[in-house]
Amino acid sequence: MRPFTVHTGLVAPLDLANVDTDMIIPKQFLKSIKRTGFGKNLFDELRYEDEGQPDQDCSTRPLKKDFVLNQARYQGASVLIARKNFGCGSSREHAPWALDDYGFRVVIAPSFADIFFNNCFKNGLLPIVLTEAQVEQVFTESESTEGYALSINLADQKVTTPSGDEFSFDVDAFRKHCLLHGLDDIGLTLQHADAIRTYEDARKQKAPWLFADKK
Amino acid sequence: MSAKTLYDKLWDDHLVQERDDGSALIYIDLQLLHEVTSPQAFEGLRIAGRKPWRISANLATPDHNVPTTNTERQSGIEGISDPVSKIQVVTLDDNCDEFGITEFKMQDIRQGIVHVVGPEQGATLPGTTVVCGDSHTSTHGAFGALAHGIGTSEVEHVMATQCLVQKKSKNMLVRVDGKLSPWVSAKDVVLAIIGEIGTAGGTGYAIEFGGEAIQSLSMEGRMTVCNMAIEAGARVGLIGVDQTTIDYVKGRPYSPKGEQWDQAVAAWQELHSDAEAHFDNVVVLNAADIKPQVTWGTSPEMVIAIDQPIPRPQDQADAGAQESYARAWKYMGLEGKTTLADITLDRVFIGSCTNSRIEDLRIAAEVVKGRKVASTLKEAIVVPGSGLVKAQAEKEGLDKIFTEAGLEWREPGCSMCLAMNADKLGNGEHCASTSNRNFEGRQGFGGRTHLVSPAMAAAAAVAGHFVDVNELVKH
Repeated sequence: MRPFTVHTGLVAPLDLANVDTDMIIPKQFLKSIKRTGFGKNLFDELRYEDEGQPDQDCSTRPLKKDFVLNQARYQGASVLIARKNFGCGSSREHAPWALDDYGFRVVIAPSFADIFFNNCFKNGLLPIVLTEAQVEQVFTESESTEGYALSINLADQKVTTPSGDEFSFDVDAFRKHCLLHGLDDIGLTLQHADAIRTYEDARKQKAPWLFADKK
Repeated sequence: MSAKTLYDKLWDDHLVQERDDGSALIYIDLQLLHEVTSPQAFEGLRIAGRKPWRISANLATPDHNVPTTNTERQSGIEGISDPVSKIQVVTLDDNCDEFGITEFKMQDIRQGIVHVVGPEQGATLPGTTVVCGDSHTSTHGAFGALAHGIGTSEVEHVMATQCLVQKKSKNMLVRVDGKLSPWVSAKDVVLAIIGEIGTAGGTGYAIEFGGEAIQSLSMEGRMTVCNMAIEAGARVGLIGVDQTTIDYVKGRPYSPKGEQWDQAVAAWQELHSDAEAHFDNVVVLNAADIKPQVTWGTSPEMVIAIDQPIPRPQDQADAGAQESYARAWKYMGLEGKTTLADITLDRVFIGSCTNSRIEDLRIAAEVVKGRKVASTLKEAIVVPGSGLVKAQAEKEGLDKIFTEAGLEWREPGCSMCLAMNADKLGNGEHCASTSNRNFEGRQGFGGRTHLVSPAMAAAAAVAGHFVDVNELVKH
């Protein structure tokens, strides 16, 4: 996994609450058996006038001009800011894959849905919870100031605005450690293979019916 | 020993290792796999040269992409007209064959929606941990199992290690006291709960559902309730084990037999919250207050009882709600409409992991029996949750009742719930749907979804618009 340490990037304000993962990446694109290539279909229905299809050339599709990612000033954005309950709905990891593939490294919102939040960390994407007031401030400032960028320091757990305001944020120690060092979760868990085997042996004694072959 | 909730007991029982930061390694008893969220996980295993930790802990079936028309299904994999869908189904077959994982392939009578198949086979058992790369895995919590949806990286992690890195959730109890009114079902109960607590109301919690109205539900009904826990923001929905649970599990292909059965039943008796257990949040609803529910907007929390007026944006208290209501009104084309009956329906969908089990089909059939689908509808389809549900329904003659009334009787799969196969809504079309999400575009580009119970969907099919099923059956 790509490590995340510090990042400074242009902010794209997506002024919507309850952004669901169907919105982030509609179902027709989930038919891919790869992890990459979802960026051009990120927010497909919000972004394009027509109905998108997998494997389509998106460069000639009609754009919804008002949509934030279609505005010239937000091209190259790598920090997405949105309203509460971001990432609700389906567990599809294609949602963080699409955000990552588009070029986002950080998503900031006042709250996230659990599964989406968790999926981000598996993909080097940092979801940050700030307070409603802080999010409001970033919305206001990013909309009024062209080229508005935030700096994010994961080790210090701080978001810094262009004017020098600092917002601290929470992150689980283990997730932080994995993200900072780009560690592979599976490898880390397998370091505890003995503990898993010990548990499994005891479980087999207690509930042997769970260990029968499935035919 | 201090009193524990059911969630606490299941958590403690599966704890392999706790870490200092509060995260833990949790052992997973069963992983269900389907074609959409597994290919990248299998690929990950191959790239790293890893093998599944325990083959027998996995069970697979294709569901999201499979066609549901009889003609397409008869030709097997070759009959899948969408080449991209076909690749995904073939990839699941290839991966399961390569890794030796049991799969109910598309033409197997046991194939169906993973969340219907697991319980039906007795693979989902009380006291187990169940995961699947699908958020509606919360369904299995109806069995007193700790079940939740995971992302593809975690699918790979569970295959490789039989464990999941988890942080414990908080405990919430949603209690529904009293008795449900006639024709008010599990779906109405869970929609009313979501209307009450909102789509983020359960975020960070495991929700246990309890109270007389929940206890009186069949296993099918309980699965419907737990299925939509995720729509209230909770990854986990739970219901304690009782005789209803045990009776359902008994005699299923993968459920324990003989002496092991007795041993299992004895262990399962503990699977309920202790009387003194502490919940971080308790919500109480009165069953008698719950009427048939219909969603009017683009989030499951935008739900009202059939006799209520559609809430208007300008009547909302805060600016955020006004804005989201206005957006939903525009998307749903509600301008000039005041009640649910004013909405002309184009399609009706009875199916999905929420409502495609035998009981759901029996209720829908009872409503449409001897009646005809409104001529204004473009399509009304019934999609059973599995090949076995389909066979049972046909044995009971339900298929005939549906087709005589003018509904189409289809082959099992996820179908129009998320429209990854050919079953979808056209732009601007309104659908009465027994599925679980009414998000923008969920059932097709520009499609307008209204979530309802099977009885209400059946009544809507007959009337061509929403109507209280109690009124319809009177005539």
